[in-house]
Amino acid sequence: MAKTIQEINEKIKAGRAVVLTAEEIIGVVRAKGVKQAAAMVDVVTTGTFAPMCSSGAYFNVGHATPRMKIGGGRVTLNEVAAYAGFAAVDILVGATALPDDDPRNKVFPGKFPYGGGHVIEDLVGGKDVRLTASTYGTDCYPRKTLDTWIRLADMNEAVLFNMRNAYQNYNVAVNLSDRVRYTYMGVLQPRMRNANYCTAGQLSPLLNDPLYRTIGVGTRIFLGGGQGLVVSHGTQHNPGMPRTNGGVPKRGAGTLAVTGDLKHMSPRWLRGASFTGYGVTLTVGLGIPIPILNEEIMEFVAVSDADIIAPVVDYSEAYPNGKPEVLAEVTVAQLKSGEISVNGKKVVTAGLSSYARAREVARILQEWIETGSFWLAEPLAPLPGPDSGYAFKPLKERPYEPPNRNAVA
Amino acid sequence: MPKKKLVLNFPPHLIGQAITYRLITDYGLVVNILRARITPQEWGSMVLELGNGNGRLAEAVAFLTELGVGVEPLSKEVRWHEERCIHCTACTGPCPTQALAVADRHSMTVSFDQERCIACELCLPVCPYQAVEILF
Repeated sequence: MAKTIQEINEKIKAGRAVVLTAEEIIGVVRAKGVKQAAAMVDVVTTGTFAPMCSSGAYFNVGHATPRMKIGGGRVTLNEVAAYAGFAAVDILVGATALPDDDPRNKVFPGKFPYGGGHVIEDLVGGKDVRLTASTYGTDCYPRKTLDTWIRLADMNEAVLFNMRNAYQNYNVAVNLSDRVRYTYMGVLQPRMRNANYCTAGQLSPLLNDPLYRTIGVGTRIFLGGGQGLVVSHGTQHNPGMPRTNGGVPKRGAGTLAVTGDLKHMSPRWLRGASFTGYGVTLTVGLGIPIPILNEEIMEFVAVSDADIIAPVVDYSEAYPNGKPEVLAEVTVAQLKSGEISVNGKKVVTAGLSSYARAREVARILQEWIETGSFWLAEPLAPLPGPDSGYAFKPLKERPYEPPNRNAVA
Repeated sequence: MPKKKLVLNFPPHLIGQAITYRLITDYGLVVNILRARITPQEWGSMVLELGNGNGRLAEAVAFLTELGVGVEPLSKEVRWHEERCIHCTACTGPCPTQALAVADRHSMTVSFDQERCIACELCLPVCPYQAVEILF
């Protein structure tokens, strides 16, 4: 029995929609079968809460008196470099930006205690943040310097804009070398003494809609504790990766670009994160409702951790050198057990994505829909799918050679 | 007999004295030094696991206090800030004593057992959210 998003929204409005989380639905499908479950359930909610580096926020900070053209000048928020290449008072801060005086990895491994991700967390938490700017003067924008406290409530617009979130599946990182490696996948002990993974598995948004049947441009989502939208596929979207019979990619594949009003978000769901020896990022809470339009979609959302396969990759040699080598394939169920086996060696596992908090995202979204404070948006366009030919390419380097000024014409 | 983990803080004038030796010979304690940091002219600190050898642990602590050594239970000096923890579980891999562990693989939440902690600090560079703090 096929349903439409409009029909589901009417049920939400009437308070009659049946909403389960992507975790709860697994048992229901096992007990009742796909057909009965699809007839019974209207929406399945997903969630994830994990570090997502290609996140950022833009702000309109309002005009100073006299006016100042920050655009084309330099700007910082709590000493973290922000981007000022727009009009007079629109600025953008990225999750991984650092203060100029952070020593980086000069004393290895660097601690990276504060950066763009923390600025976003502080602003969302209502804290005062120091805004400094310097620029050149013009006839219409004469002011050249600014040093002031500012808070989110005083800004005109404050928008979270993440160009790549919710990676569909991800590498499991190990270190085959004989020294500790400090990576964006955490601290990896030598000779494969630990393995770090980063996925919400059976709760993960894109793993529950592996072929992008329902998630598309304009899908309304839970983002950072507020409501947001899917803008498009994210950067590095790579839908053509190998998949299981159930359609679930066995490698990092699809991604999403998402946005939402930062003023309605919460620091519980946007957390600055410091990765020793690597840098700063933003841990983002993101959840997507999946309308159960037909039995095929119910089959997809019934995916469990045992059905999701992730590649084990060496972050000492293969990853840094862009080699596509995969040491082993393991299931998310194995990863969550605390131990995996890689080429006969038992390796302790730990996560970077919080399953406990992913479950909370899915439950909040479930409650929002059940209480009618969130309804489903009809996608305006689909995301590029596995057969679209859309692929993620490496950089084609063409080294620059300075022109020879002495050459005889 | 339960073991006790203590943090001893030595004022500079005591750093030259063999105090740990007296805990063993005078009070019969079973001493396991988990960590020691001593810098000349500065305060020294030591983390000890003490077995209550002849039942004289309380006397030994009184002896240390009288000498001017600060004595605090380790549990007071290592703090896990649950409100900062997002339960990602990154700390549970490197923790050698499973003081930080996922006790329940269904909830997938991290729990901290102070009794197991030996203040090795392996969790500190691993936690992206500064949820563990060691004060000494």
